[in-house]
Amino acid sequence: MSNHAPLNPLPVGQTLWLDADAIDTAIAAMAAELRTLIAERAIAAPLMVGIHTGGVWVAERLHAALGIVDPLGHLDISFYRDDFSRIGLHPQVRPSHLPAAVDGRHVILVDDVLQTGRTIRAALNVLFDYGRPKSVILAALAERGGRQLPIEPNVVGLHARLAPGEQLKLTGPVPLELVRGLAPAAHPPAEPA
Amino acid sequence: MNTANIQLDDAGHLKHLLTVEGLSRELLTAILDQAEGFTGVTQQAVKKVPLCRGKVIANLFFETSTRTRTTFELAAKRLSADVLNLNIAASSTSKGETLLDTLHNLEAMHVDMFVVRHAASGAAHFIAEQAAPHVSVINAGDGRHAHPTQGLLDMFTIRRHKGGFEHLRVAIVGDILHSRVARSQIAALNTLGAAEIRVIGPRTLIPDAAESLGVRVCHDLREGVRDADVVIMLRLQRERMSGALLPSAHEYYQLYGLTEERLSTARPDAIVMHPGPINRGVEMDSQVADGPRSVILEQVSNGIAVRMAVIAMCIGTQNLRGPGGEGTYDA
Repeated sequence: MSNHAPLNPLPVGQTLWLDADAIDTAIAAMAAELRTLIAERAIAAPLMVGIHTGGVWVAERLHAALGIVDPLGHLDISFYRDDFSRIGLHPQVRPSHLPAAVDGRHVILVDDVLQTGRTIRAALNVLFDYGRPKSVILAALAERGGRQLPIEPNVVGLHARLAPGEQLKLTGPVPLELVRGLAPAAHPPAEPA
Repeated sequence: MNTANIQLDDAGHLKHLLTVEGLSRELLTAILDQAEGFTGVTQQAVKKVPLCRGKVIANLFFETSTRTRTTFELAAKRLSADVLNLNIAASSTSKGETLLDTLHNLEAMHVDMFVVRHAASGAAHFIAEQAAPHVSVINAGDGRHAHPTQGLLDMFTIRRHKGGFEHLRVAIVGDILHSRVARSQIAALNTLGAAEIRVIGPRTLIPDAAESLGVRVCHDLREGVRDADVVIMLRLQRERMSGALLPSAHEYYQLYGLTEERLSTARPDAIVMHPGPINRGVEMDSQVADGPRSVILEQVSNGIAVRMAVIAMCIGTQNLRGPGGEGTYDA
């Protein structure tokens, strides 16, 4: 954990929680934990998939660290969100892309911040519309309280304790930094946790 | 904010899509961007997303159509909506029921969206005015007036090939007079900032004062396609022609049919488009229609993604207009 001042000023009410060096350390620890888990489960060639946008940034680092053969997949979960009927279509949707068929594969699903578990529920549904994976491992850079679904990660970089109403957001892709603070009033929080 | 435009709700969200005219460049770009997101759905083993689960969409086609109706149906089904296809010509209207009675009966069945095609210009607009506040209306072609989803899918196809619109020269060839497709394309190209739009055809098939639409008029095909980046051929709409506007289809082909030779003055990387159905040997030669520069079949595939985007955007904001108002992206 670091108290270094950020190079670029953050919006009012937002403070840097973890700088790029601390994130690098956390991602290295996640990679080590994933290596152990893959060995324990005797998984030969896992397929790694990041969730847009922050999850893809974290997954890019993990993908390189673990030397995974298949290119990284990306999932955009906007079409599977459970709040569409309440708030409409997310303004920035990118096509999901999986580099290989997921049938029979061991998939490592990567997200940036895990909070309610709703993003992961949606991501699992997207994944299963592509095929039937043999197993799914969940890796999250940061985990905070507030789970609303029975979803827990297999590998976590950091545990955060935040005040109610406080947000944790990954900014990037370079440098990767975790920012905390109350959501700006004018904009809804861009990504669910 | 935009109370004057029936297509938008108070917050400026898309509520109905009746015409491209009056929609901002930002909104048109947002529709194209959303369509880009939906192209990925075809890569899935299950080519369906759950966005519009539980919604009912009624296709009201007062005029025959194969491509537009089936791609609207496929788009709605890929969004998991339930679809009602009403062959109006063969149903209640022939028993004397008025359009409004048909409409209110469908509303009583809790239909959330009408997709309307009609031979009369303004029909979709009329239905949008009369429909219940929670219902959205999409114009799938009204008379000579507008065919906005066709115009948008053409813009989507052009953007995918050319990257943008700023430096583009676009030639639209054929029956401009009867073409709602041309009107929607011209409006979209002007809003999106195309450099030059030319319309090419015989005097009898170009509307008077066509220049007021923001286009250059040309009666010679070779001159019209010179240095064009995009060449759009239109279908001769014989069903809308009354009187002797053309001597014969053969003579039309002699003067305005697109052949490889006539296309040679266009830019080497020019794309050739046609909204379909093609009359081979009338609007264009088969060699061009099936040639390397033709993107005609891509237009059909892109039509599904664009229609998914329009349906999802209209239905997605329906609840914001109800009690409770605008929510936030909750964690």
